[in-house]
Amino acid sequence: MFGAGGGTSSYEEIEHTDLIVLWGSNARAAHPIFFHHLLKGIDNGARMIAIDPRRTESAAWADLWLGLDVGTDIALANAVGREIIAAGLTDDEFIARATTGFDAYAESVEPYTLDHAADLTGVPAEAIRELAHAYAKAPTAQLCWTLGITEHHNASDNVFALIDLALLTGHVGRYGSGLVPIRGQNNVQGGGDMGALPNKLPGFQDVADDGARRRFEDAWGCAVPAEPGWHLSQMFEAMERGDLRALYVIGENPAQSEADGTRARRALDGLDHLVVQDIFFTATAELADVVLPAGAAWAESEGTVTSSERRVQRVRRVVPPPGNARDDIDILVDLARRLGHDWGQPTAEEVWDELRSLSPIHAGMSYRRLEELGGIQWPCRDEEDPGSRFLHGRLWEDPPRGPKAPFTPVEHDPPKDELTDDYPIRLTTGRHLDSYNTGVQSGRYRSPRRTGGTIDLSPEDAASMGLAAGERARVISRRGSVVAPVRIDRSLRPGLAFMAFHYPEDVDTNRLTLDEWDPKSGTAEFKATAVRIEREP
Amino acid sequence: MDIRLPMAAATVDERRAVDRILGPPTTGWEGGERRRVDGHVATGGHAARARRHLLLPVLHALQDDIGGISDGALGYVCERLTIPPAEAYGVATFYGLLSVSEVSPTVIHLCDDIVCRTSGAKELFTALADAIGPEGSSDGTRTWHRSNCLGQCDAAPAAFVQEAGVGRRVVVRADLDRLAAGPIDGRDPAYAAIGDAVLTARFGAPDPADLDAYRAVGGYRGLRRALEVGPDAVIAIVEAAGLRGRGGAAFPTGRKWRAVADEEATERYVVCNADESEPGTFKDRMLMERDPFSVVEGLTIAGHATGATKGFIYVRGEYPDAEDRLRAAIAAAEAAGYLGDDVLGSGFPFRIEVRRGAGAYICGEETALFESIEGRRGEPRAKPPYPTTVGLFGRPTAVNNVETLAAAVAIVAEVPGAADTKLFCVSGDVDAAGVVEAPFGVTVRELLTVAGSSHPPQAVLFGGAAGRFLAPAEWDVPLGYGPPSPPMGSGAVVAFGPGVDMDDIVQRIAEFFRDESCGQCVPCREGTVRQDETLRRLVAGADERGLLDEIAQVMRDASICGLGQTAAEAVSSAIALGLVGGAR
Ligand SMILES: Cc1cc2nc3c(=O)[nH]c(=O)nc-3n(C[C@H](O)[C@H](O)[C@H](O)COP(=O)(O)O)c2cc1C
Ligand code: SF4
Ligand code: FES
Repeated sequence: MFGAGGGTSSYEEIEHTDLIVLWGSNARAAHPIFFHHLLKGIDNGARMIAIDPRRTESAAWADLWLGLDVGTDIALANAVGREIIAAGLTDDEFIARATTGFDAYAESVEPYTLDHAADLTGVPAEAIRELAHAYAKAPTAQLCWTLGITEHHNASDNVFALIDLALLTGHVGRYGSGLVPIRGQNNVQGGGDMGALPNKLPGFQDVADDGARRRFEDAWGCAVPAEPGWHLSQMFEAMERGDLRALYVIGENPAQSEADGTRARRALDGLDHLVVQDIFFTATAELADVVLPAGAAWAESEGTVTSSERRVQRVRRVVPPPGNARDDIDILVDLARRLGHDWGQPTAEEVWDELRSLSPIHAGMSYRRLEELGGIQWPCRDEEDPGSRFLHGRLWEDPPRGPKAPFTPVEHDPPKDELTDDYPIRLTTGRHLDSYNTGVQSGRYRSPRRTGGTIDLSPEDAASMGLAAGERARVISRRGSVVAPVRIDRSLRPGLAFMAFHYPEDVDTNRLTLDEWDPKSGTAEFKATAVRIEREP
Repeated sequence: MDIRLPMAAATVDERRAVDRILGPPTTGWEGGERRRVDGHVATGGHAARARRHLLLPVLHALQDDIGGISDGALGYVCERLTIPPAEAYGVATFYGLLSVSEVSPTVIHLCDDIVCRTSGAKELFTALADAIGPEGSSDGTRTWHRSNCLGQCDAAPAAFVQEAGVGRRVVVRADLDRLAAGPIDGRDPAYAAIGDAVLTARFGAPDPADLDAYRAVGGYRGLRRALEVGPDAVIAIVEAAGLRGRGGAAFPTGRKWRAVADEEATERYVVCNADESEPGTFKDRMLMERDPFSVVEGLTIAGHATGATKGFIYVRGEYPDAEDRLRAAIAAAEAAGYLGDDVLGSGFPFRIEVRRGAGAYICGEETALFESIEGRRGEPRAKPPYPTTVGLFGRPTAVNNVETLAAAVAIVAEVPGAADTKLFCVSGDVDAAGVVEAPFGVTVRELLTVAGSSHPPQAVLFGGAAGRFLAPAEWDVPLGYGPPSPPMGSGAVVAFGPGVDMDDIVQRIAEFFRDESCGQCVPCREGTVRQDETLRRLVAGADERGLLDEIAQVMRDASICGLGQTAAEAVSSAIALGLVGGAR
């Protein structure tokens, strides 16, 4: 947020906030631990408003659900912003003191009247108004989102639209008020923290920042490129162009997790050399020239993970990795040695201490303190610093420390995969509680709740297509087709279909999705595919 | 906790039963017709969950109208109230009078508890098994189950019959003919008084639901005086009279009221505990059936004294007549201004709602009762916090027994002898079982004499299943609160004549607790089962006294609530007196 990629709030804050806005997130299924914190908040009296095309298991807990059409989040957010301004509910003091660009923002949202937004989103104007007023009037509010916001061709714009709302109302930088992107794994946050981003060094330091880069160059004794690298979608394009010939994949399964899966597999197949390092023999590993079996982070490795609330926690080795599997650090160090760099045999703590010396937001987090405090939330700048429960408290100081937070005007831009008579149904994708991503980790365990890969249809659509539950249907997009049994789901309305992507072996959902990615974040538009559905004989 | 609905759909009749309580659904999400707008907006959340307390009334409606709760019906209820089906199922299966496994037009619950089983119930079982089939089976229209005490021990054997679409009825002095017959009316209330009749004074009134008749004999004098002198003075009067709770725990009523009155709170409640389910106890039923206004007046006085504007009466589900009488009395009181926005023009607003229990002894425990009203399984809460601080719906609450409230009315109305009277339920092997009103200091022997007994009993159980068997020497001890009197409990006195098989009776008591334990805490859930099993072995000749003592101690020391804490009382006392196991 405003530079650093992390949620502004702590989990504990959602338990004590007044209003929870859950936008594009079925946290109940996708982020069950976070959802437990959220339920405590509800139990403590917080109201919840859910915004999602489907009335998901999460939305079923909400006081108000806004079922917008897929890909109309910006239209909705801008209308909320306009209504807050029109109703005089803005936090003018906060805006004046801590933000820039309000006038341009106000002008940009002016066309998004409630009625216009109702036309664009399908949500009744009255409900949009209620969201606007509830959010603006709540003493504290947490605005949470996940992939429903980010898996779009204009993902970053979606996020900006939400940030703008927080700036309008001062719902950021205070205990109980914040912006909360929820992460799907125990350590997605940690990956970003450690610099696994094409344009960032560890600790979210920009590669273009000469001073930062120089510190890393001094420490590592080599040159760090000042230009951002490729993000995942760009890498695939580079593979197709033939510019990217060798790929080293650590702990990812792009052969099954990428949008437009047929295309992704073709690109991986065409590489000169593919190395996969993973704890499982994934579908991507099957394509690899070299597979490096790795120890699991949980119980087989020493190190740290970072949760969505920016909390760095220790993980410890209890058992050695099985068979030929080796610790990630071991593998990397050995590889470096073979490539002519002797990095010695650093322990996880030594690697971490080097990170602390280079990443100011982690500087105060010694292993000893992590242990004593049960984890620490960054930023933690020195060994006296208790860490930060929430970010951007500085915006409430007068005058605010550091740069002001900018409003970013954004425009509604509908999904790229258009609905036509040939492809009349909007397919959106998501998760099931009992499964995890492409199923590499969860598929091998049985779950009584697992329904498997299905095409979920509204009762109305199923009836008009003459399909009954359990019958097989072919789902056809402009890129491919898959066959799946029909599930009838009352949380869907006519014209909206849903598939999970956990079961690529049975139902390879991502053969259908469109690899139209957001130029700013590199995320693909998994959430909005145009399909037609036919009975499979 | 997911709200995943079973695929089965509710029938039209089932929906009608549910809508009778909840009103018709307004959106597709509530199970109504799916409209276009439902695809884009839904409400629910806190507002929907705030109706959770209607779960039990809704389940009752299904049981009453349909004869059971099908998957489809439960799904519809969950949709209406946004309750996860697993949780609603947990509630439905907790209560004995609700059935999810069978839908039967007629369900007969035949009491085989300690009084009825010595008064012909066993013979009736054989007859029923011949007529319908084994317990739990159905002949197409009827099914039958054995039941714990139905609170009709004065006219044993007793049965309680649920007839779908018709109603509920009690059959006393049951036999096959009377079970098959429609409602049987008019049974003479069996009561007597030693000394002044205070609580039983109006038991002979021809129409107990006649407000004018109630007023004509001093009714509502207590409330008028309370409104005159104010809450503080009322509490002082009740404290000075030394009134103690008649529900079993004997807590000083004035102190309870003051505790609630003193809480900082925007809302408080008073609750009348009319779940009377202690084996051998039927005095509360008699009060509600014969003098319902005294209960309504008492709860109004309690509300006024504590600062509550809402009262609940939680009536045992097996007491249809008492419930009807109370509802009639409340309606009449409301029509006459004794209840409503402005009680008797005093500016004090007060209303009463009747809630029906569903067949669970544990719901007489005050915090389990709250859970039940709130629409959950009747599992007692850990205390503290006590109900006076955190009670019904989390608010300060005064819970009082039916008799306590009736006595409070008499005390505030300055009826002579009001502070010194108690109802006892005398049943078993006596000539005239019934309620006996007597001043403190009365002895068990005197109570038995009033009830008439041609031969001295071989054993007397005092205070119900949670009470204990008295040694003959204790039959002459003056009864009261505190030693030398044995604990008063519910005031039940059950006499067992010389011919009674005491092994069978004591085992039945153990079975009662095994059956009624809510299962929430280990000492009681396991202890009541082990006690039952171990007692069987003892009766069969094994010397298990040491083990039974240990079980008793664990249950007494470590159980969450009074049920577990007292579940070994009767069994231990029977062993000590040599009533079981051939030791006599
Ligand atoms: C297992 C159990 C069952 C109880 N059943 C009843 C009951 O049926 N009626 C009742 O008034 N109190 C019952 N109580 C006592 C109540 O918890 C509570 O003490 C009483 O209602 C308070 O009212 P009082 O102070 O007027 O007696 C029971 C307690 C336990 C532990
Ligand atoms: S003592 Fe028995 S009845 Fe009471 S809470 Fe424990 S298990 Fe339930
Ligand atoms: S009614 Fe049967 S024992 Fe009380």
